[in-house]
Amino acid sequence: MPFSKVQGKNNSHKVVVYALSTCVWCKMTKQFLKDNDIEFEYIDVDMCEPQEKEQVRQQILSKGGNLNYPTTIVDDKTVITGFRKDQLKETLGV
Amino acid sequence: MTPISIEAVRARAQADANTYGYNLVPDPDLLQGFLEGLKTNEERYGYPSCPCRLASGNLEIDRDIICPCDYRDPDVAEYGACYCRLYVNQAVYEKKVELPTVPERRPMEKQARTFNAATASQAPAAGAEGKPAATPTEKAAPPSGIEPKLWYCSQCGYVVFREDAPYVCPICKAKREMFKEIKTRIDFLG
Repeated sequence: MPFSKVQGKNNSHKVVVYALSTCVWCKMTKQFLKDNDIEFEYIDVDMCEPQEKEQVRQQILSKGGNLNYPTTIVDDKTVITGFRKDQLKETLGV
Repeated sequence: MTPISIEAVRARAQADANTYGYNLVPDPDLLQGFLEGLKTNEERYGYPSCPCRLASGNLEIDRDIICPCDYRDPDVAEYGACYCRLYVNQAVYEKKVELPTVPERRPMEKQARTFNAATASQAPAAGAEGKPAATPTEKAAPPSGIEPKLWYCSQCGYVVFREDAPYVCPICKAKREMFKEIKTRIDFLG
């Protein structure tokens, strides 16, 4: 799947963001991670091919997420739904 | 497709907010972002589906998330804002209370249809691989898998042809419980 990687000095966590290209809160989540120099991968699900969308769905659900955007998954275990600055700060230690 | 301007999207949203007694989110950057998302979706799908939800591109499946979505009225009533937070109530608009976080009210099965539609569109068409296509007398399932029904508001008479009755009547604000299904049969002869 076409994940994009954003480099950052803070790379102690594996951070994956499932986003929509049209979603303001998704953009704010990505910007928050960039502002805090956190390395992360993201995928704009609405820009995916149909088969990729199905793979994304299975990935999100298998990690305990739901199908809301943005969904941020940290270290394959912590799921943060929506743009929750406090939760991101606490989980990522920034 | 005719280009859609941000001003037109803004004017439509503002007119709808005025009609139903809501406000658009006061933060100009957020507002601009929502309007741009709506514009993008309208250009992409032909209708302004919610910028914060994944649309399928199938109108029947996405009908409930076309802005203003089916969930706006109950969300603003309960939380003070709709799911994406384009529409807010007076207290949020005047910043007497913070912009709330609004949980997703759209049922999971409707969200799942978005993905089913995407993969179904890749499947071979009926009759393509030796399987005969449905004859005109057979009742074929609608492509979206959704069978809309006629509903009427028993308070004001508003009639709507949808899968489900609205949460709130757009005319008289009666709750969903006031909607009754109209059972009818249409025969096509000749």
